[in-house]
Amino acid sequence: MKILVCIKQVPDMESKFKIDGDGLWYERDELAWRMNEYDEYGVEQAVQLKEQTGGDLTVLSIGPERVKETMKKALAMGCDRGVHISDDLCHLRDSFEIGSMIAEFAKDKGFDMIFTGMQSQDRGSAQVGVIVAELLEMEGITTIVGFDYHQHRITVRRELEGGVKAVVEAPLPAVVTCQLGLNIPRYPTLPNIMKAKKKEMVTVDGDELNRVGSLQQPGAMSVPVKQGGGLYLDGQVEDIAERLLAIIKEKTSVLA
Amino acid sequence: MKTLLVAEYRQDTLQENYTELIAFAKRFGPEMAMFLVGNGSGELPRFQGPLYLAEASECGEYNPGLHKRLLQDVVKKQQPDMIVFCHSSYGWDLAPRLAVGLKAAQISEVVAEQDGKLTVPACNSKLSRTVEITDKPVVVTLQAGAFPLGSDPDGTPEIIAVSAEYTGNSRLTGYEAAERTGVDLTRSEVIVSAGRGIGKPENVPIIAELARALGGEYGASRPVVDSEWVEHNRQVGTTGLTVSPKLYVACGISGAVQHLAGMKKSEFVVAINTDRDAPIGEVADVFAVADLKQLVPVLTEKIQAR
Repeated sequence: MKILVCIKQVPDMESKFKIDGDGLWYERDELAWRMNEYDEYGVEQAVQLKEQTGGDLTVLSIGPERVKETMKKALAMGCDRGVHISDDLCHLRDSFEIGSMIAEFAKDKGFDMIFTGMQSQDRGSAQVGVIVAELLEMEGITTIVGFDYHQHRITVRRELEGGVKAVVEAPLPAVVTCQLGLNIPRYPTLPNIMKAKKKEMVTVDGDELNRVGSLQQPGAMSVPVKQGGGLYLDGQVEDIAERLLAIIKEKTSVLA
Repeated sequence: MKTLLVAEYRQDTLQENYTELIAFAKRFGPEMAMFLVGNGSGELPRFQGPLYLAEASECGEYNPGLHKRLLQDVVKKQQPDMIVFCHSSYGWDLAPRLAVGLKAAQISEVVAEQDGKLTVPACNSKLSRTVEITDKPVVVTLQAGAFPLGSDPDGTPEIIAVSAEYTGNSRLTGYEAAERTGVDLTRSEVIVSAGRGIGKPENVPIIAELARALGGEYGASRPVVDSEWVEHNRQVGTTGLTVSPKLYVACGISGAVQHLAGMKKSEFVVAINTDRDAPIGEVADVFAVADLKQLVPVLTEKIQAR
């Protein structure tokens, strides 16, 4: 069983974002970086599948040098090796181009199972996993919140609106895109963090995998104009609580 | 601009969100067609124009390989400039397959349109990107609720039956209903919800305590439920409950669009969050910039002492 999990490094979403000088993306200096939340579920599920089948698990990430830091977490969670596709301009590429680079890397490797997050927290297109599946002509199933493997077939639960789940069966090879809540991602233990440092990390030049270009221009990034005209309360906790209580009494009937 | 709208059918039911596709398409002119894998003898979209209809009994409600092929045939016949989906479990699954098949760009989760340019959110709606449509056809998906029709849909579609031969490998074997046991938040007049900002499960009781003091129930956002700190039947948002209490207190909830969709019809919204830029501010009547772990117990005490 050959398994691939694709992860993206994204900023902490609590960050204060500024627009980059070229107006096309957010400024990337001074941000705290972490693994895209959806991808953590992908890594966990991939590691569980590797443990179940005794398979071989590669983690892949596209980006500048710093994404290796995030890949180390995936290695510490249980991936066997890292493939860093080095690309300083990946933030300007559209989902088709990114998906094509992954497919180009994966096409002759014989992966039975590919995991991705259902979307990234920064760009949020929810396209890359499906594009990879289409380009590799593998089964592709999105938004999974349940995953079972048995004899080269998978049974997954797709999350639908209102909490309903669709049960879908497919043979391998397949790509699944992972939704929040698929599992409980493990925390890397200290011994595993130490072990991860010795694991193989290969770097591939992104240009070598990039044969298609983007179908879509990046578009101008902006900070949305605040729509909410709400009242902001700052200051000491005691004062805020006092004012909140007064407002709740005045504006609602719940304490009447 | 000619548009092709992709309606949805799930659990034997036409999904109402097709009206949002119509509202969006109207901005680009009257020339629109619709595609649906549904039931010709059941409810059909109310809409004036051609409706390319495949039968779900033959094509399956979820069979993306087949639905993609049906759509590719329709695109050939109809030659649309833009193919529009809802950004839903059906739409985000199918749209990229069609886009790859057409070698078309896809613009995901459109929230606004101005002068033909489309705006999409980034970074949990803290930023947005405005994208120009340069090549046609283009595939777009629309954020749920971003383009309300504003009136009842009307018209009778001209039905064009379509079918395709394709046996996919993946198979929908059934549906599992959402868990709905125990407390019913939709009946509660006050809901105090916990978000990721509560930090650890040991802090759930301070949220529950405030809810009790206000005579209501406590709820939670998705990450808290996913972490199994609060049961699923208390989850507010797209994949949980849609609520409209008299008072909704969002504690440590950043305000992802999926959460907002579940609570924005609340009569009065109080947000408690340390990050004053959190998107929950979009719907909050009052935003207390504070750490909920400090503020909530003090507030609870004041309410109890009243």
